[in-house]
Amino acid sequence: MNFDLFDFPIFPEQASTLASSVDALYFFALAISAFFSLLIAVVLFIFFVKYRRQRTGEVGEPIHGSLALEVTWSIIPLIITMVLFGWGAKVFLEIVTPPENAREYFATGKQWMWKIQHPEGNREINELHVPTGVPIKMTLTSEDVIHSFYIPAFRVKRDVLPGRYTTLWFEATKPGTYHLFCAEYCGAEHSQMIGKVVVMEPDDYQTWLAGGKAKSPIAAGEELFAQYACTTCHLEKGSGRGPWLGGIAGETVALVGGGSAVRDDNYLRESIMLPTAKLVAGYDPLMPTFQGQISEEGVMQLIAYIKSLDSEPSAEGSED
Amino acid sequence: MSMPPSNMSPSAEAASSQAGTTRSGLAEAARPPREHYLNAGYGIKSWLLTTDHKRIGILYLLSVTFFFAIGGLYATAIRLELLTPQGDLFQPDTYNRVFTMHGVMMIFFFLIPSIPAVMGNFLLPLMIGAKDVAFPKLNLASWYMYMIGAGFTMWSLMHGGVDTGWTFYTPFSSTYSNTYTTATALGIFINGFSSIFTGVNFIVTIHRMRAPGLTWFRLPLFVWAHYATSLIQVLATPVLAITLVLLFLERAFRIGFFDPAIGGDPVLFQHLFWFYSHPAVYIMILPSLGVISEIIAAFTRKAIFGYKFVAFASIAIAVFGFLVWGHHMFVSGESAYSALVFSVLTMLIAVPSAVKVFNWMATIYRGSIEYSTPMFYALGFMGLFVIGGLTGLMLGTLGIDVHLHDTYFVVAHFHYIMVGGAVMGYMGALHFWWPKITGRLYSGFFSHLSALLVFLGFNLTFFPQFVLGYMGMPRRYHVYPEEFQVLHVLSTAGASILAVGYAIPLFYFLYSLKYGAYAGRNPWGAVGLEWQTTSPPPLHNFHEMPVVDFEAYEYKEAPVAERQPYRVVKYGL
Repeated sequence: MNFDLFDFPIFPEQASTLASSVDALYFFALAISAFFSLLIAVVLFIFFVKYRRQRTGEVGEPIHGSLALEVTWSIIPLIITMVLFGWGAKVFLEIVTPPENAREYFATGKQWMWKIQHPEGNREINELHVPTGVPIKMTLTSEDVIHSFYIPAFRVKRDVLPGRYTTLWFEATKPGTYHLFCAEYCGAEHSQMIGKVVVMEPDDYQTWLAGGKAKSPIAAGEELFAQYACTTCHLEKGSGRGPWLGGIAGETVALVGGGSAVRDDNYLRESIMLPTAKLVAGYDPLMPTFQGQISEEGVMQLIAYIKSLDSEPSAEGSED
Repeated sequence: MSMPPSNMSPSAEAASSQAGTTRSGLAEAARPPREHYLNAGYGIKSWLLTTDHKRIGILYLLSVTFFFAIGGLYATAIRLELLTPQGDLFQPDTYNRVFTMHGVMMIFFFLIPSIPAVMGNFLLPLMIGAKDVAFPKLNLASWYMYMIGAGFTMWSLMHGGVDTGWTFYTPFSSTYSNTYTTATALGIFINGFSSIFTGVNFIVTIHRMRAPGLTWFRLPLFVWAHYATSLIQVLATPVLAITLVLLFLERAFRIGFFDPAIGGDPVLFQHLFWFYSHPAVYIMILPSLGVISEIIAAFTRKAIFGYKFVAFASIAIAVFGFLVWGHHMFVSGESAYSALVFSVLTMLIAVPSAVKVFNWMATIYRGSIEYSTPMFYALGFMGLFVIGGLTGLMLGTLGIDVHLHDTYFVVAHFHYIMVGGAVMGYMGALHFWWPKITGRLYSGFFSHLSALLVFLGFNLTFFPQFVLGYMGMPRRYHVYPEEFQVLHVLSTAGASILAVGYAIPLFYFLYSLKYGAYAGRNPWGAVGLEWQTTSPPPLHNFHEMPVVDFEAYEYKEAPVAERQPYRVVKYGL
C-alpha cells in the first residue's frame, strides 16, 4: 500500500440513490452543529478574555435572569430540532419503504458469514453482486445471534435477527466494489464477518448471473414443498386438512381464539416453524413444527414458492 | 432579602482560619483546624466501619480511582491494538473481552458512582447544612454493595473476563457466549443496589435535612442535579436488575425470554436494557452539570443566570430521559412508528440541555472570571458537551442514524458525553473541592497543564472517530480495512496524551497531601455552606448550626473573606 499521510479518505463513496439524500441531511446537521459549536466557542473565548478578574474582591455583575432570553433560547433549539426531526423522518421513511417493483434478494447471517441468494437462484457467500439502476429489496434473517447488514456506500443498515425477517432496500448507482460489514457485535470473529458488494452495469450483471448454475428460489421451494410432504395436507381449497396456500400472502385472516393476523413473510415463517402459534380459524392444530429441520434458506425458498402459487389451484395441484 | 452584617463576631474557632480565604495573600496565615473528620479516628476500623458521609466519600474516591485506572488500562490496550489494521496484539476473543471489560469497568464501576458517590456523598450534607445524610448506615452499606459487586466482576475478569460487550445483547449473551457472563451480571446486579441506596439517601436527605431557611430555590444547583440523578437511580436501576435476572434465568435454566430458539424475543432485551441504560447516561451526566454550575458561579463570582431554569432543566432531563430509550433501536427491529416517536422525544431532550449551556454563558457574561483549574475544566466541559450534544442530535435524526448506528460515530459521541462531559465534570469537581476535602492546595502549574492535556488529548482521540464513523467503520472491530488506519493512528496518539493528562493529577494530588499549602476555609472565595466550615470539615460538619437567610450564589461587592454569610446559632437545644 502506498502510504501517504495526507492522502486518506475522509468521506464515504456515494453509490446508491439513498446516499445523496442521507448526505444532504447530514451536511445540514453538520452545518448547524458547526455553526453553534463555533458560536459558543468564540463567545466563550471573548467572555473569558474580556471579563477576567481585574482586582481581588471583585464580583460579577448581579444579573439574575431574563424570561425573554430563556424563551428565545428554548424556542430556537426547539425549532431547529423539529426541522431535523421532520427531514430525518422523511429520509428514514424513504430508507425503510422499498419500492413496489424491487427485486427480492435473501441474505442469512450466521457466525461469521453472510449467505446470499439472488432471485435467479445464484448463491454467494460474503459477496453480493448487484446491477445498477434496479431497486433491490433484501430480506434478512439470522441463524444464531443478532447481526447487522451494513453497506456504508449505500448508507443502509438493518439488524438481522434470529427468528424473524427484517428488510432493507437500495438502488445502486455506481459500479464498483464496496464494503459489506456486520455492524452488530456478534462474537469472536465479528470483525471478519465482512464481505464485498460488487455493483455492475446491468449487462455485466446478466453475464455474471449466467456464469453460475442456478435454481430459482421458487423451484427450490417447490422441491422442498414436496420433500417435506407439505403436499399431503395443503391441497386445493377444502380438499386437504390444511388450507390451500395460493394467493394468501398479504391477506388478513381470523385466528383460532379470536384476533387476526396479516400473512406477511414473518407470519408465513412462523407458521412453518411454530404452526400452532397463530392458527387460522377453522383448522385443527395438526401440523408438526419444522423448527430446526429446515434451514433458514430453505424457509425463504418455501415462502418464495408459496407466494408464487395462484389463488386458484391448478389442475396439477389437485392430482396428488 | 438582606445580607447579615459582614462584621458579625465569628466564633473563636472560626476566627483562627477565617483569614485563609484568598489563596494569594492570605494562605500562609491559614492553619488547619485542630479537629476534623480525618483525625476524628485512626486505624482501619475507623474507615471500614465509618458512617461519616465524608469518609464514605473518600472510600468511594479510592475505589472509583482504582476502577478508572483498570478501565483506562483496557482503553490503552484497545488503542494499541487499533494502531494497525491487522490484529497483531490480541486474538479476536481477547480483544472482545478487552473492550467489554473497558465498558463494564468504566460505566458501572467508575462513571455511575463517580460524582454522586464521591462528590455527592462528601458535599451534599455540607451544602445543605446537615450533619450527615439521612441514613448513614445505608450509606456505608452502599459502599459495601459496590465493593461486593466489583468483587464478582473482578473475579470474572481474572478468570478470563466476559466478551458480550457491556450491553449484553441477547441471544449472544444468553446462549452463545462461553465467558463469565453470569458472574459479571451478578456483580452489576449487586452494584445496582449501591446506586439505589445512594439515590434513596440523597432524596430523603434533600427533603428532610436542609438547614433552617434553606428553601428549595436557595439550594445550590449541585443539589438540584443530584436530586434529579437520585430519582433516576431509584426508578431505573430496578429495571436493570430485573433484566439481568431474566438474562441469568435464560442462561442458567434455558427459560425463553430473549432467545427465539426457545420462544423468546431478542429485541425485548434491548427495550429492557435501554430503559435503564439510557437514563443511566443521565445518572452520569446530570451530576456533572451540577458541578459545572457550582464552578462557574464560584469563578465568575456571580449568581447563575436563570437559576430556576437551570434547576428545572435537570428535572426535565431526568423525566425525558425515561422516554427516549427506543433511539438505540432505530434499526434493531422496532417499528417505523415507534422510531418516529422516539426520535421526536429525543429531539425534545436537547432543549433543556441547550438551556443549561446558554444560561452558563449568560452567567459568564460580565462575570469576574478567575483563571483556575476548575474553571478550565468547566470551560473544556462546555466545549465538549456542546459537541457531544449536537452529535447526539444527529444520531437522533432518523435518516442519519441508519447509517451511523453502531459505527465509530456513536463511539465518539458517547465518549464526548461521558468522558468529555461526565469525566471533565468529575475532574473539575475534584479540583474545586480538593482543598475542602483535604485542607490542602495543589500545584497550579501542573493542574493547568493536566487540564490542557486532557482537553487536547481528548479531542485528538475522539474527533477522528466521528470521521471514521461516517466513513462506515463499525464499532467493536478488532481488525479493519486499511483506509481507516490514519484516523486510528491519530486517535491512538490522542489517547496517549489523554493518558498523561489523567496521570499527572495523581502525583500532584498525592504530593499536596503532605506538602500542599493549607487551604483555609474558603480558598476560592466562594459562597455556599460548604465553604463556611473548616477545611477539612469537622466530624459533624459545622460547629454551629447554619441558618440560611441568603439566596444561592449571592456574591456582594465586598471581600468575601470578611463576610460570614450565615447567622450563627449554637446547638443549644
